[in-house]
Amino acid sequence: MAFIKQFGAYLPPRIVNNDEMGAKVGCAADWIVSVSGIEQRRFADSETVVDLATSAAQDCLARANVAAGDLGMILLASSSSEQQFPGPAVIVASRLGLHSVPCLDIPMASAGSLFGMVLASRLAETYGNILVIGAEKMSSVILREPLERGVAILFGDGAGACLIGLETGPARIIDSVIESDGTFAEDLRLQFDQPLEMNGRTVILQASRKIPRAIQTILEKNGRHAKDVDTFLMHQANQNLTVRVAQALGVAEEKFYSNIHKYGNTSSASMLIAASEWWHSSGFKPGLLVCFATFGAGFHWGAMLAEGVA
Amino acid sequence: MDRRPKILEIIRQVSRKNVDPQPDESLFDSGLLDSFALPDMLSALETAFSIKIPDSDLNPRKFDSVEQIETYLENHS
Repeated sequence: MAFIKQFGAYLPPRIVNNDEMGAKVGCAADWIVSVSGIEQRRFADSETVVDLATSAAQDCLARANVAAGDLGMILLASSSSEQQFPGPAVIVASRLGLHSVPCLDIPMASAGSLFGMVLASRLAETYGNILVIGAEKMSSVILREPLERGVAILFGDGAGACLIGLETGPARIIDSVIESDGTFAEDLRLQFDQPLEMNGRTVILQASRKIPRAIQTILEKNGRHAKDVDTFLMHQANQNLTVRVAQALGVAEEKFYSNIHKYGNTSSASMLIAASEWWHSSGFKPGLLVCFATFGAGFHWGAMLAEGVA
Repeated sequence: MDRRPKILEIIRQVSRKNVDPQPDESLFDSGLLDSFALPDMLSALETAFSIKIPDSDLNPRKFDSVEQIETYLENHS
């Protein structure tokens, strides 16, 4: 059995509001809010994916009071890494002072942090403490010419981290489900040195079906119901999508923790950033049930259930 | 079976517009449906015509006009 021991996050300091973004892509600030719920996002100017990831990792480890030397593995999800190889995971490990711990990159957009958490929950038995990081510098992607208004307004930069291990922690991971289907791989993709391509209609259509279904699957498998879940921590893709998922599950949208208005869609970092903010504002209590859920390019999607322990 | 009246009713319902689109008119390019109205329209079609649209068919290009919707329903009813 694996436990969630801590979350951490790092957001670059530069705030890009909708006035600035709207002027860049030719749209009104209010329109951005209406189509996404996003009011501002953060952009990392000189910082890299590795910089963002390292800061989130350090925040998580400090909050957990765990030394980097006590880590047995690092998993890092990012779709915006600056170089093809080596991926950022091993460089982050080096910056943390780790020189023999196995590191694995998950080059997956949006869904990567949940896939990392699922892998960590399974691998903890072999590797002990596993640090899962989601780090994205989406500004380097969306600002490529030609700017696509419907894409550029959505994304931001940031990083989140989660420490998973076998020894007891604040939350027990109950179960998880992850799935993948490449049928619509061309509807959301980033080819080398190209602008991000997104067929928003396909993405929303698929996500609005697959996310609730994954959540229902994991709940039914464990004898729970959507109404039993205290908090949903979902990939912050678009506030309108979050509302749809809540409606599909028949629960109040207030149960879905949301910070997309502040940070935009930070792809594979978003769920961990949201989890970190939620954890440090309220956090797990004994018996409290949390459902993580995500969906991203591929498509890859999934859900995880965790419960607070005494 | 003439499905068009029901299809048009669903389009009006999910778009919240009292419209009468041409059979070959793009529901998206004309602005009648946005990304978030599309899932609602497909759910309404499933209910109204007692069908289940599989994920592999959840492709906006298959439901971009009244004619395309009719064709899909004809092939899957």
